[in-house]
Amino acid sequence: MTETASDLYEGLLNGDRRAAARLISMVENQDRSVRQVLRMLHQHAGRAHVVGLTGSPGAGKSTLACGLTKRYRDAGLAVGIICVDPTSPFTGGALLGDRVRMQELSGDPDVFIRSMGSRGALGGLSMATNDVINILDAFGKDFIIVETVGAGQVEVEIVKYAHTCVVVTMPGAGDEIQAIKAGILEIGDIFVVNKADRDGAHRTLADLEMMIETKPGGDDSAWRPPVIATKALDGEGIEELEDAIAQHADYLRESGLLGLKTEQRMKAELLEILNLKVSQAAARVLDEDEEGRELVRRMTARELDPHSAAEEVMEHLLKREVEKPGT
Amino acid sequence: MEKKIRVFLCKPGLDGHDRGVLIVGQALREAGMEVIYSGLKQTNDMLVEAAIQEDVDVLGISILSGAHMALIPRITELLTERGADDILVIAGGVMPPDDAEALVSQHGVDRVFGPGTNTRDIVAYIHEKTGNA
Repeated sequence: MTETASDLYEGLLNGDRRAAARLISMVENQDRSVRQVLRMLHQHAGRAHVVGLTGSPGAGKSTLACGLTKRYRDAGLAVGIICVDPTSPFTGGALLGDRVRMQELSGDPDVFIRSMGSRGALGGLSMATNDVINILDAFGKDFIIVETVGAGQVEVEIVKYAHTCVVVTMPGAGDEIQAIKAGILEIGDIFVVNKADRDGAHRTLADLEMMIETKPGGDDSAWRPPVIATKALDGEGIEELEDAIAQHADYLRESGLLGLKTEQRMKAELLEILNLKVSQAAARVLDEDEEGRELVRRMTARELDPHSAAEEVMEHLLKREVEKPGT
Repeated sequence: MEKKIRVFLCKPGLDGHDRGVLIVGQALREAGMEVIYSGLKQTNDMLVEAAIQEDVDVLGISILSGAHMALIPRITELLTERGADDILVIAGGVMPPDDAEALVSQHGVDRVFGPGTNTRDIVAYIHEKTGNA
């Protein structure tokens, strides 16, 4: 294909789904020519409400995303869904199966579903997730649902990018000790106990309520995360979830937290890009520069410790960037 | 980052047999590809739209119901109509040789892999055709 990035950009703003899909692939493949598009996109993004869905595998995230999307579609809203599934660290391959739970949505041109492999990123998302959110945002989606890799203790990256973070669990997924572990409980703006017709649902609901009630420092915030029981497969509780998301969006706007959240997200985005750039530049120094190779030799001979070597590399990088601007 | 080969494996029509397509999916995943699976009972329209949104390099169609001559030509037509005919189309399942031949010569299918195919051959074919050895 000889489509240039700017053709794709025009296509995206004109609602061409193929163009949106192509741009997402370019972002995933870290194609450099997509950067100018991302630069132009930035001003068009920022309208969508981003909902994160995280939780253990099999808790029902995809089915909830499907139910929620149907309600948004009934209200005439356009929805983007990003589903991240794990990439095998051994083969680099991935089997992306979230669409199977969203069959009712496929064929609707106003629902854009994209399955992504995590491609080595930790934290439950993929490196490209944020850029993909921006693309779907500029594409005119009102709601963007981001479904993380199913896990549940460290998959907290989503909190940086979502306005509203929904943590999904199910009965029998573990006792309150599981819930008290760091991470997942702290990021939830809304908690969902799915498959609520199963044994032990009341216990899970009560455990979560208790955890939220007794969370230290929880009372200085005006938002108390609701705990919602759902049976996603039958659509039960989805309306309550939709209402809770709307209430949370209102709360963010009225409390002024929305601006703060956006600022935090911009900062996280910037840091992520810088992390990548700096580590790539550092790797180049170690692989290609004589000075860099010398550092590694001295470390190997136990003359230099890794912390001091890192300082030297940082100094080297800063000096080089000043000498050669624009590289 | 290297470009990954993305494959959409689908089950169009009223066909409940997905053991075969899932085995192919596993083999392609083991070969480092990103494999998206549609689930059962998709309409042609649904799966063409999904293939476009997922921006796949390869569309794999599995049919064991005997409806391949009714479904596959319409799928490739839809791909052409929507400007997505650059997607490599492969098919598998139970298809008599004459039908398989016609699908390739007249209906835009690149290759049909029948019963007994070694999954390595499918992997090799996709690598060859997508220029990604």
